[in-house]
Amino acid sequence: MPLDMDNKELSQLLIAVALTRDKPAFSLLFGFFAPRIKRISACKFPNPDQSNEVVQETMSNVWRKAHLFNPIKGPVTTWVYTVMRNVTFDMLRKVETNKEDNLSDNIWPIADKKESWHQVYEDHLAKRNILACLESLSENQQQVVKGFYFLEMSQAQLAQHLDLPLGTIKSRLRLALAKLKQQLGEDND
Amino acid sequence: MIKHHPKDELLTVFVDGQLPASLSAAIAIHADMCSCCQEKIETMTQTQASASFETSHLDDVIEDSGSAEKALASSDFDAMIDAIVVNDKIAPPKKIDEKNIMVGDISYTLPYAITNINLASFSQFGKLARARLQLDEGVIHSSLLHIQPGGGVPQHTHKGYELTLLLSGEFSDEKGNYVPGDFILLDAKNTHQPFSKTGCLCFTVANDALYFTQGISRLLNPLGTFIY
Repeated sequence: MPLDMDNKELSQLLIAVALTRDKPAFSLLFGFFAPRIKRISACKFPNPDQSNEVVQETMSNVWRKAHLFNPIKGPVTTWVYTVMRNVTFDMLRKVETNKEDNLSDNIWPIADKKESWHQVYEDHLAKRNILACLESLSENQQQVVKGFYFLEMSQAQLAQHLDLPLGTIKSRLRLALAKLKQQLGEDND
Repeated sequence: MIKHHPKDELLTVFVDGQLPASLSAAIAIHADMCSCCQEKIETMTQTQASASFETSHLDDVIEDSGSAEKALASSDFDAMIDAIVVNDKIAPPKKIDEKNIMVGDISYTLPYAITNINLASFSQFGKLARARLQLDEGVIHSSLLHIQPGGGVPQHTHKGYELTLLLSGEFSDEKGNYVPGDFILLDAKNTHQPFSKTGCLCFTVANDALYFTQGISRLLNPLGTFIY
């Protein structure tokens, strides 16, 4: 298991999880973060079942919410830290006050309220079900559209990440947009 | 312009998730209204994150624990990975619903940080109205406090601390005027006498009853427990 990775490597792994539900990439992220989370949570929860629950819950959120990570906003460690802090906060509150109200995501929203992709969708494309349209695209086209628009990766970054020639990324994006445009109507530029 | 901010020490503990829900919510609300505190919080989070996940700490743990424990931990981890990735679905987008409340005939939109906390109904005491946030944090009580135009709280002191976060409207006391977003944390050493000319809504957190200090207001000490 890797003990050390720099932000660039972590970032590529997390984006791979977000875009392609990449399980080997997730295992690597898990290998990096899980022992660290375990060490931190063991200080807060003397009961090993509870500290393991923090690890499980945090990493499960990393898997399920990877698409909310925005590399522009900060490094992967910061994002995972906020996910872990939120899980810990809700669990401590459950232990101390017996309340399961999960307040942390309101106090520290994981997705930026202004920039998260469903917000983009709600703000600009309300009523035009763009997510449904996205699903009509091929898997390959979805990857480039989500990477380019929702993760704000450049075409060159996408080419590197997906290990494809730049030209392929460009033509995929062009075809995907043409198809989306057709579905959403010409007035929706 | 917002003049009253949480101290850096408080922000650090907030970022680490160690404050009670009431104070955490108050800082989140303030930061939503104050870009300079928002920036500080982002920087602090980044610093604490990289310090927490540094590799050097990890070596200690690995050297300290016996090899049997390590083996056990790594098989636990493999089982965890399998349990997590077996479900391919991504988390559904969280719907951000606004929550509005009515105080008298005025409607307010609640700050996002407290939209999912249960709120008791308002009870009225003269020009003051208070609704408790049902956080169950023992001696720490959190409320929304509404003051009608021309209303105020008589001069008082606190046995513990009292936080007033102005959400809407204005009030003033001996030290000056306050605007929405102002984060005013007082301890037992301070006395003050807030008054609102045009009315306001505040989020308050206190960990002990208010104690009224002047003349006839002493008779109002039941009001102290009402507000707390």
